[in-house]
Amino acid sequence: MIARRETLLWAVQRATAMVLAFCVLVHLATIIYAVRAGLSAGAILGRTQGSFLWGTFYGVFVIAVAIHAALGMRVIVAEWLRMKGAAAGLVVGAFGALLAAMGLRAVVAVVAA
Amino acid sequence: MPDGGPGANLRVAVWRGGSDGRYQSFEVPRRASQTVLDVVTYIQRELDPTLAYRFACRVGMCGSCAMTVNGKARWTCRTHVDKVAADGALEIRPLANLPVVRDLVADMREFFDKWARAKGQFVPKTTREQPFARIDPRSRQRREADAAIECIGCGVCYASCDVVAWNRDYLGPAALNRAWTLVNDPRDAAQRARLEAVATDAGCHACHTMMTCTELCPKNLSPTRSIAGLKRASLRLLLGGGAE
Repeated sequence: MIARRETLLWAVQRATAMVLAFCVLVHLATIIYAVRAGLSAGAILGRTQGSFLWGTFYGVFVIAVAIHAALGMRVIVAEWLRMKGAAAGLVVGAFGALLAAMGLRAVVAVVAA
Repeated sequence: MPDGGPGANLRVAVWRGGSDGRYQSFEVPRRASQTVLDVVTYIQRELDPTLAYRFACRVGMCGSCAMTVNGKARWTCRTHVDKVAADGALEIRPLANLPVVRDLVADMREFFDKWARAKGQFVPKTTREQPFARIDPRSRQRREADAAIECIGCGVCYASCDVVAWNRDYLGPAALNRAWTLVNDPRDAAQRARLEAVATDAGCHACHTMMTCTELCPKNLSPTRSIAGLKRASLRLLLGGGAE
């Protein structure tokens, strides 16, 4: 049913937005700390490699981005390209999957020991 | 006499014809406390009796005289020329996002059909045989309904909404605002059906919260707030909280 689906997608976008708000703050704080402390790339990798915490944090961040951006793109393709239904689902799903794949690849590169 | 002051002439460009029409220029004498509706009426009575426009009450109650004035949708009977024509020029055309009938008259059918699609009709739970419902005026629901109830159906919000322009199926701010007043009416029996009708990608979930409707509503209502309320109500329904 349309109302159930649309309400669910709206709720998911709201929920991922909240996750993103938290993740962006932590990410910014991390950047500022790393720059001010003058950490080298090697020192940063020394802290992230093998770290379950950083792997989980950035994994969640990437998944939230992929879902949130794909849902936003769904509205844009509907309004700008008049694309709805299965075709829109395919385009938007592919976009989300691309974001997730690129993001998770970066997370693995930084976290894998 | 300064340009645009009383005694000077207003330069008025008025839309003529259908959607493929064009502007026609008129000179209208400037008067004190003159409204945009006064200007249009002057043109029709004194300069060109074939000009088509719509009005009824002239006092901001009926919602029939809305037009696009210098690029913004406004209720013309309560819009003073002083406020909108600083340089003595007016450009008046029919409301946007609606088909043009002729000249300044927009076809309001789809606007009001969408009120029906948003289930904007009251569906009573009881009959006249039963006692009156008692609604506490301080209750949250009564206050929510009060905040949204004064809509006069002028269509200014609908004509100003970018989402309406992008998505022709979008129900629009006024219809959703109306639905919100009924969602807050404990006497109404159609809550679930109404929320299912409005919680779609052509309903409350299509709103981008740009607030143009709230900015321009001549009654100072906030359809944006009503639509946000519908989003929350639809989530409660999804989570099994039921329609209130």
